Amino acid sequence: MTLTLLRRRLVGSIFVLLTVVIGTFLLLEAAPGDAVDAYIVSTGGDAGMIELLRHRWGLDQSELTRLANYLWALLHLDLGQSVTFSRPIRDVILERLPNTLLLMVSATALSFGLGSALGIYAGARPGSFRDRFLSIGSLALYAVPGFWLGLVLIVVFAVDLRWLPIGGIETLASDKTGLDRAADIAIHLVLPVSALGFIYLALYLRMMRAGMAEVWRLDFVLAARAKGLSRRRIVLAHVARNALLPLVTMLGLQSAQMLGGSVVIESVFSVPGLGRLAQEAVAARDTPLLLGIILTSAVLVIFINLAVDIAYVFLDPRVGASEADA
Amino acid sequence: MSPLRRFLRTPEAFAGAILLAALIAMALSASLLFPGDPQAIAGPAMLPPFQDWSLPLGTDRLGRNVLAELFHGARTSLAVGLTAAAAALVVGAVVGTLAGFAGGIVDEVLMRITDAFQTVPSFLLALAFVSVVGPSLGIVVIAIALGTWTGPARVARAEVLSIRERDYVAGARVIGMHPLAIAFREVLPNALPPVLAMSSVIVAAAILTEAALSFLGLGDPNRVTWGGMIAEGRTVLRTAPFLSIVPGIALVLTVLGVYLAGEGIVETTAVRRGLS
Repeated sequence: MTLTLLRRRLVGSIFVLLTVVIGTFLLLEAAPGDAVDAYIVSTGGDAGMIELLRHRWGLDQSELTRLANYLWALLHLDLGQSVTFSRPIRDVILERLPNTLLLMVSATALSFGLGSALGIYAGARPGSFRDRFLSIGSLALYAVPGFWLGLVLIVVFAVDLRWLPIGGIETLASDKTGLDRAADIAIHLVLPVSALGFIYLALYLRMMRAGMAEVWRLDFVLAARAKGLSRRRIVLAHVARNALLPLVTMLGLQSAQMLGGSVVIESVFSVPGLGRLAQEAVAARDTPLLLGIILTSAVLVIFINLAVDIAYVFLDPRVGASEADA
Repeated sequence: MSPLRRFLRTPEAFAGAILLAALIAMALSASLLFPGDPQAIAGPAMLPPFQDWSLPLGTDRLGRNVLAELFHGARTSLAVGLTAAAAALVVGAVVGTLAGFAGGIVDEVLMRITDAFQTVPSFLLALAFVSVVGPSLGIVVIAIALGTWTGPARVARAEVLSIRERDYVAGARVIGMHPLAIAFREVLPNALPPVLAMSSVIVAAAILTEAALSFLGLGDPNRVTWGGMIAEGRTVLRTAPFLSIVPGIALVLTVLGVYLAGEGIVETTAVRRGLS
């Protein structure tokens, strides 16, 4: 039954991806100026040169032909050539992707782990002082723009206290290897991960708390109490466990948001990732590169949501059963 | 008790109302208190706050009055936040109603498009759109709405699906009303409450996205924005961190005010409809 679900989601994803490709392609086509203009601005060249380049890059063909060509190339996992980097776009993206993934996975772990833990702490005693305090506190945290939080963290921890590096992903030209390098990268990631993760922490905290408030009212909690289970056991094994499922769904839905958020965070902390690449592409008017980044992000989001769906089947057996019936 | 008094009774909603009132007052009084161009040079550069009482919050790197910029920035934040959210809610409600009411192939196509929009990170989409069309206030509004209409669309569709089988809809069909008239005059108004309940979150998200766009230099260059001020201050972060911190605090208080007031409104209406 998991396979049926997976197959159906995969087929749906292909349609979605196709819509994204065509939609983004047409949007970026509408931009004034093309790759040749961008190239000529940086290198200079005469009208003949422009003509030649347009022909060589296939830019003198009709929009539809170019879309077809693009889709055909895409089938071969070819995203085209970046004008700014003079390299295949796929290579440029693959080079930057790990940094963004590292940032996203760490920030997700921080926000989901700490957020749900604090949510359980607050939701264990609904209406108590700590519940109200955490609830208002998380709302305030949720109102903080990530990039600004990043700057404040830089001012405090990198400029004033000098505990942590101000930006970058690792110490440049340090030729560290193995564990030393991993530790170096971890230290560089502390601030960007905090800036990105703390905002979403509030989201998971609030969802956990609200979910627990719903579960508290249900009969089986009363039954657990009547059975004489300890409060700790009721909270963890019964209430929190049942409130956790919606958070897993949120994990998938938030992945697109977090990918968007990392654009600004990467810019604040000069992390050479996908988000900063997007900003560089915008600055250089490198539309094919921007198109490639958007597609990569969409594929990433689709895969994360697929993974969440599969995880869900294992976490909640009811889901797989009902999907197979439908 | 009147809804307003009930709304103001919860401390959270009260705080939210005060924050929002202050913001609106700032936006409305900006040209009265600080006439002329807020981007004009007003004094010596990088004057720290609380030194000169004609420039209470000091000046930035170019000697512009920070307080005047803050007031004019409130205007941009509020204008962009409200219009983008309104556009997202209208588009979302219309798409959701059409999809839910028409069903079949229309539903399928509209929802796949919604899926596609939700798959692309909305900030990346906004970034691409602004960079293609060029930064101006209207474009920033459209760019933000482009990434936020999907949530309201899904909620409206779900609500319409539950409404369209009701008796009064069947009644409207029997008397020969045009399907579009039924969809938009009978069904849509009844599907609105849960959609409108999302508005505070959407306004807040719109304000934050606008700030992030202007922070990256993609805001309207002719207007003062808080995000732009933070970016300006960033260049002198080591020597004058207050230039980045002050507009950020304004941003936090604004978004917090929107959330708190929104929660208060949802709670008040939930009480009125007997939901809690």
